[in-house]
Amino acid sequence: MHYFWAFLVGGALCVIGQLLIDLTNLTPARILVLFVVSGVALSALGWYRPLAEFAGAGATVPLLGFGHLLAQGVVAAVERHGLLGALTGGFSAAAGGIAASLVCGVIASLAARSKDQS
Amino acid sequence: MNRKASPRSPLGKDCLWAFFVGGSICLLGEGLRTLYGRAGFVLTDAAALTSVTLVALSAVLTALGWYQKLASRAGAGTLVPITGFANAVVSPAIEYRVEGLVTGVGAKMFVIAGPVIVWGMMASVVWGVVYYFLRPMMGG
Repeated sequence: MHYFWAFLVGGALCVIGQLLIDLTNLTPARILVLFVVSGVALSALGWYRPLAEFAGAGATVPLLGFGHLLAQGVVAAVERHGLLGALTGGFSAAAGGIAASLVCGVIASLAARSKDQS
Repeated sequence: MNRKASPRSPLGKDCLWAFFVGGSICLLGEGLRTLYGRAGFVLTDAAALTSVTLVALSAVLTALGWYQKLASRAGAGTLVPITGFANAVVSPAIEYRVEGLVTGVGAKMFVIAGPVIVWGMMASVVWGVVYYFLRPMMGG
């Protein structure tokens, strides 16, 4: 059943993005920023955690979940390190995804150069 | 392709594509998360590994040029999941390789994803500070 909800919630969040693309003039970069910042805000309000527990990857894979990850990371870091955690929490939590993207970007740029030019 | 008789259909079609492709990527993510969980990883590690796997998969598909093809149909279905973030990093990295490793790949890689990191991080820092001062009042 959790697969069904992951599909449904994940799909629904993408439809929100699609409506923003079709009905507004927001560029993809702005939509991504909007999703991540909204994710932080929804998580701060305590609304995103229930959704993440309910829908699993349906809530964590969309970029709203990335914002939720940042907000959770910052809360955990503040608990442990006080105010310093406000600075370290976000990057610590997001490190895996950002570093993976970075490494993949470098490898792809080296491997796929000729293909892209053809 | 473009039927004038049904003016509402492009939006509905776009949304259907976004729903099914985006939902499928999340479904794949849920499958990976379950697999990593069964392999013995704790919940947070399983989630992080899921992200890393989806990022790597997206990078391969982007390098092959397939992700862009899917994106032209799926729109937000390929943009909103973390695979879209990875595509936004890998795509310019490949495109600007001709301008060199430092000023090309290094500088242009985060041309789209950079703003996401900047504003996401700013929001998290603000929330961290707010949480720090709110915490005593919440009886924590």
